[in-house]
Amino acid sequence: MAELMDIWEGYVWPLLWIVIKIVAIVVPLLLAVAYLTYAERKVIGAMHRRKGPNVVGPFGLLQPLADGLKLFLKETVIPSRANRGVFILAPCVTFVLALAAWAVIPFGEGMVLADINVGVLYLFAISSLGVYGILMAGWASNSRYAFLGALRSSAQMVSYEVSMGFVIITVLLCVGSLNLTDIVMAQKGRLGLLNWHWLPLLPMAVIFFISALAETNRHPFDLPEAEAELVAGYNVEYSAMTFALFFLGEYANMILMAGMTTVLFLGGWLPPVDIAPFNLVPGPVWFALKIAALLFVFIWVRAAFPRYRYDQLMRLGWKVFLPVSLAAVVAVSGFLVAFGRLPGLK
Amino acid sequence: MGFIRRAARTVLLSELLAGMALTFKYMFKPTVTLNYPYEKGPLSPRFRGEHALRRYPNGEERCIACKLCEAICPAQAITIEAEPRPDGSRRTTRYDIDMTKCIYCGLCEEACPVDAIVEGPNFEFATETREELMYDKTRLLANGERWEVEIAARLKADEPYR
Repeated sequence: MAELMDIWEGYVWPLLWIVIKIVAIVVPLLLAVAYLTYAERKVIGAMHRRKGPNVVGPFGLLQPLADGLKLFLKETVIPSRANRGVFILAPCVTFVLALAAWAVIPFGEGMVLADINVGVLYLFAISSLGVYGILMAGWASNSRYAFLGALRSSAQMVSYEVSMGFVIITVLLCVGSLNLTDIVMAQKGRLGLLNWHWLPLLPMAVIFFISALAETNRHPFDLPEAEAELVAGYNVEYSAMTFALFFLGEYANMILMAGMTTVLFLGGWLPPVDIAPFNLVPGPVWFALKIAALLFVFIWVRAAFPRYRYDQLMRLGWKVFLPVSLAAVVAVSGFLVAFGRLPGLK
Repeated sequence: MGFIRRAARTVLLSELLAGMALTFKYMFKPTVTLNYPYEKGPLSPRFRGEHALRRYPNGEERCIACKLCEAICPAQAITIEAEPRPDGSRRTTRYDIDMTKCIYCGLCEEACPVDAIVEGPNFEFATETREELMYDKTRLLANGERWEVEIAARLKADEPYR
């Protein structure tokens, strides 16, 4: 009996507890993804002076569920010349990676699934791995459009990851830790939102956000799925649930990138002003609000700008963002050393 | 100077931000779309929609089987067969329109000496099968009965310009 209790307390319960925590993260996340598609259609509709979805349910609120159901009931078509295994694996990889990254995101003080000391590296590694899903999809589809889309996508993601890495380094220099909770806590101060990293590192925050757009293959960098020339890029051949997984993964990635920007630059779960009505609101609410605001900008940018040409995209990544962020790393570290404010030296 | 100004504009993203400000402003403007299935736009009396065969007020069909519409139809969508009725009047025994061929030019309507074949205001006659679009005489006469009020009003409105 005592042995059974040991097993329960030593193995089963911790495992169950982790599963519960995972479900508590994944379910709201998937709901957020579903309603992000709805919000996107509504916001872009309003910006185009259209109504957007308004038929399914009140204000069209059940539209994402209807879309999901439709995709679920459709037939999964696998092209006869596709590489079956890889073809099916690719959307799963995209989806799983998009969800796995959430393990280290802190939703509030101590509210994090895995409070590891290399959180930033983990996030960066996972978001880089995202390119494999797309590459596998493009290769396994055995279609020219899909292949070209995948090539573009991987080139784009690799290019923008470089400058993104340097931007993250500037933040890490200011914080002195790779732990995401520490990064948020370092932004805490009397000045509230003026204390967050976006102000001292303003150009970096902008570069990071633009790179995040490119990293998630969003407008104006959505060349991989440029419907005008590539039909839909790497997911041309996908249908039904395989497509839905890609779609969910992509949107989960968008939310992840918004969350990453929030943690690095917008003070994570911290309230904008540390006084009575604001600091009574629980941290996760602030975190969600900030993510929502950033996602609005994602959508807003999509409504405002035309797509970049491929060479323009590469020029921006390699000839603008890379040198600027590299210079910023030097400047920030120079500043910190010169004024003796390097956090590690305290 | 020009170089500096241009560079500043690029670095400060001023053009991009101006574009975004414009789209943001547009978000609060009223929509310009029609909420289609619930809300429909105005139709001209000359609108050329689904065909209908009309009857006189006493219930006699107007069509006298002159076959002018069949002759003028550029898409050759109309097929007519006719023979005298027992009372001696000349009437169609068959009046088919292949709606998949029809190009909605309205020439049949213009050719008709008795205003029998008309293109009505109905444009919502999509079907699930192709066969349903092969209209026969019964279907066309039924259309005429269904839309007679609108068709008569439209013909009257357009009368001065004919």
